[in-house]
Amino acid sequence: MIMGASQTGDDSPLVEVRDLTVTFPARSRHPAFTALNGVTFDIARGETLGLVGQSGSGKTTTGRAVLQLQKISRGSVKLHGRELTAMRADELRRMRRHMQFVLQNPYSSLHPRMTIAQTLTEPLIVHQAVTPARYRERVAELLELVSMDPAIMDRYPHEFSGGQRQRIVIARALAVNPDFVVCDEPVSALDVRTQAQIVSLLHSLQEKLKLSYLFIAHDLAIVHEVCRKVAVMYRGEIVEKGSVSQVYDNPTHPYTQMLFDSAPVLDPSLQRQRLRMPPPEPATLAAGHPDSACAFGEIHAVSSTPAWHEVAPGHGVSCRYRPA
Amino acid sequence: MSDAAIFSLAGAEPAPRRRLRPTAGRLLLGLGLVMLTILVLITLLAPLVAPFDPSATSPQSLEGSSSQHWLGTDAIGRDVLSRIIVGGRTTLFITFTAVSLALLAGLVLGLLSGYVGGWVDEVIMRILDVIFAFPVFLLAIAVVAALGPTVPNLILTIAIVYTPAMSRVVRGPVLSVKKWDHVEAARSIGMSEWRIVTRHVLPMVVSPIVVATSLTLAQTIFTVTALSFLGLGPPPPDPNWGGMLADARQFMELAPLTVVGPAAAIVFATLTFIVLANGLREVLDVGSER
Repeated sequence: MIMGASQTGDDSPLVEVRDLTVTFPARSRHPAFTALNGVTFDIARGETLGLVGQSGSGKTTTGRAVLQLQKISRGSVKLHGRELTAMRADELRRMRRHMQFVLQNPYSSLHPRMTIAQTLTEPLIVHQAVTPARYRERVAELLELVSMDPAIMDRYPHEFSGGQRQRIVIARALAVNPDFVVCDEPVSALDVRTQAQIVSLLHSLQEKLKLSYLFIAHDLAIVHEVCRKVAVMYRGEIVEKGSVSQVYDNPTHPYTQMLFDSAPVLDPSLQRQRLRMPPPEPATLAAGHPDSACAFGEIHAVSSTPAWHEVAPGHGVSCRYRPA
Repeated sequence: MSDAAIFSLAGAEPAPRRRLRPTAGRLLLGLGLVMLTILVLITLLAPLVAPFDPSATSPQSLEGSSSQHWLGTDAIGRDVLSRIIVGGRTTLFITFTAVSLALLAGLVLGLLSGYVGGWVDEVIMRILDVIFAFPVFLLAIAVVAALGPTVPNLILTIAIVYTPAMSRVVRGPVLSVKKWDHVEAARSIGMSEWRIVTRHVLPMVVSPIVVATSLTLAQTIFTVTALSFLGLGPPPPDPNWGGMLADARQFMELAPLTVVGPAAAIVFATLTFIVLANGLREVLDVGSER
């Protein structure tokens, strides 16, 4: 690529996301809905950022918006220091060889009428990554990369299990040697044993190929295993962000605490006791008012700072959605 | 007409290869194909198959069945069977050409409408709704009457009349297929929209389109003969089924075969495509077996 070390030094992050905002416009009888609000994060080379939160918190929308598969209303996404949001369609298509997508459902994300070889060849054709004579060779390489037998390349997706299909989906994402892969709940459609296999596959591929992942999940245990950094989302905003150890050991935002509390514990009597307790009251998570002092005693409307506070180096927390 | 609703998208997964068992659907499809073969062979080989010159008159008018004229003769002594065989050419030629045009227009408009969506969809669908709102016959009669009853006009008219239905049949499944994960995956790979449409969307919507086309063929045979019956068909003396019915109507009691013959031909041709459509629907609808 043309961008030299001057533009992106080794220490500058591979992916820079700033103030990413997605608003779905109002339709008849539905008011406009802000799916993402000011999402900001960096992902360094070879690093994994985990994105957790409950259903509807905007995790998937974040992944899609970062990949420019979702129209954004504000903000900036840079990959290799190049702004994606302002790119023309054909420029963006060429840029896609650096960023790939692993979707949640391996059953629906493969074309049912294309053989594995055809599926894996598509990205090679689109990006003219290798000459046509080398297609089958490259497909075999890719299947070996995800620990599958290259002999299966002329078979159809329905002949494979969910875990095998997810390997194929991963192979497709890696076909053109991307640097950055968004994994949207890559294991949540799989059974537990297969989950572990796919997770370790993602891990070894990361080490082998120096990949950066945005790892979207709702399973806190898997995020703990896969990621070094984690961001917690609530109602389209990142409410807490830090290294996995910081956030897991010292959850600071009330929503993060609630999320961790909702994970079942490995003690039947304790778990039963927890289930008898009433669920936490969502009203305590009102958005907060920008004109009054926030939980940290700052009036952001006056200081015009983002509603964000560092509680430790690299560990930040939002002052929104917490009782005043 | 809600043809679009009957066609499901369930054909998405190819069934594992296995020996074909004679299911009801396959039998129906087989029957349809046999009927279609008969129809096409007779039509293509019409001049060779027809025992007489369809336009040759003779003094033996309105005769009943005989060893010479199997279906008798008409009012000016022409052989009815020969006229049916040759007349099928005109009727079926108009039908096939018109439906092909409607299919082509339907594919383009339906894909554009369904895949692009937004205001493009609105504009196309509203314009088609206007055409759709007219009863088929009324519209066809009006257009043919205005343009004149020639074969090209008839083809154009019928194509226009059936374009909205075809467009809807294409648009419906496209609307849902375009949201499928493998389409999103294709886009995330960096595929061009053209390639996505042709490789990832179109192949998924072929089954409903094939079935709808077959049904439209059946309807169109009916429309063509009806228009001809009303005197808006291809001009005489070339025979066509609808025109023959119209001519024979007044002698129905004297020579019933002159009416029964062409009527049976119309029924056979229409039935062919209905049987074919139902067979195709059963066979292509792989998903419901699983």
